[in-house]
Amino acid sequence: MTEIGLGHYLTLGAVIFSIGVIGIFLNRKNIIVILMSIELILLAVNINLVSFSIFLGDLAGQVFTLFILTVAAAEAAIGLAIIVVYFRNSGTIRVEEIDKLKG
Amino acid sequence: MIAHSIFFYTFSIIAVVSAIMVTASKNTVHSVFFLILDFISISCLFIMIGAEFLGMIMLIVYVGAVAVLFLFVVMMLNVAQQKNQWFAAKDSSKHIPVGLIISTLIFVEIIIVIGGWKYKPEIFDINNSIGQTGLSNTHSLGQILYTDYIHIFQISGMILLVAMIGAIVLTFRQRAGVKKQSYIKQISRERAEGVEVLEIETNKGVRIDD
Repeated sequence: MTEIGLGHYLTLGAVIFSIGVIGIFLNRKNIIVILMSIELILLAVNINLVSFSIFLGDLAGQVFTLFILTVAAAEAAIGLAIIVVYFRNSGTIRVEEIDKLKG
Repeated sequence: MIAHSIFFYTFSIIAVVSAIMVTASKNTVHSVFFLILDFISISCLFIMIGAEFLGMIMLIVYVGAVAVLFLFVVMMLNVAQQKNQWFAAKDSSKHIPVGLIISTLIFVEIIIVIGGWKYKPEIFDINNSIGQTGLSNTHSLGQILYTDYIHIFQISGMILLVAMIGAIVLTFRQRAGVKKQSYIKQISRERAEGVEVLEIETNKGVRIDD
């Protein structure tokens, strides 16, 4: 209990990942919250990579965390730009009303 | 070790609770603030575990850039009035069991995988080189980031460039009825179309605009 090992960090990552998946599925109102849930999922992946990198003694995990950070920032910027354009064109970003593609 | 576990449980409880609040909060602005709290506590965990460069970078990139970008968009789009009521809405009630089942399955699978790691303890002994070289985390990370991973590093720079240009192109809007300078027109103006030399007779004057 008092000895914090790799399993604790991986469990934390699993919990945050699952909360992100719950957020994607259960949020039916606002698409910005879905983007935030994706950020949570990427954060959980970062926790896993960093804890494996520390506990296994290999720095490649931290390098890849850096790249995931880059991709997450790019994805947030592009996603928010798409949301802004969509809101300007259709006046809503509620998830049920985004049905232009009839999917 | 007791201090380590106290700090770990504190930060991880804060992280999990704020992650729940990100998805469950009624107001989107509150969700963004809880997302910031989540990033801060996770970066505290990273600093505590020994990855201090990534913790600081995470503070700068996520809290300083991404979360503020979210906050700007939430405030610009004026969606704070659209309440985010996922248990109250009638349409959403059919998504709740599916989401809960899928996320619980994912959680159980990851926990099973972690249990498999715990019962394979000899994996931890392979070339544990961190902490023996005497270099700081940032120093050793830079030593392999700029040598072994230089191509991926440059590709990630290209990704950022593409994202920047893409965001500008997506949100750029040509407004009608706005007077602007046209540099090309100004620079390419010649003498022939600018001035005209006239021979003026006495007592006649010049008639312009004809």
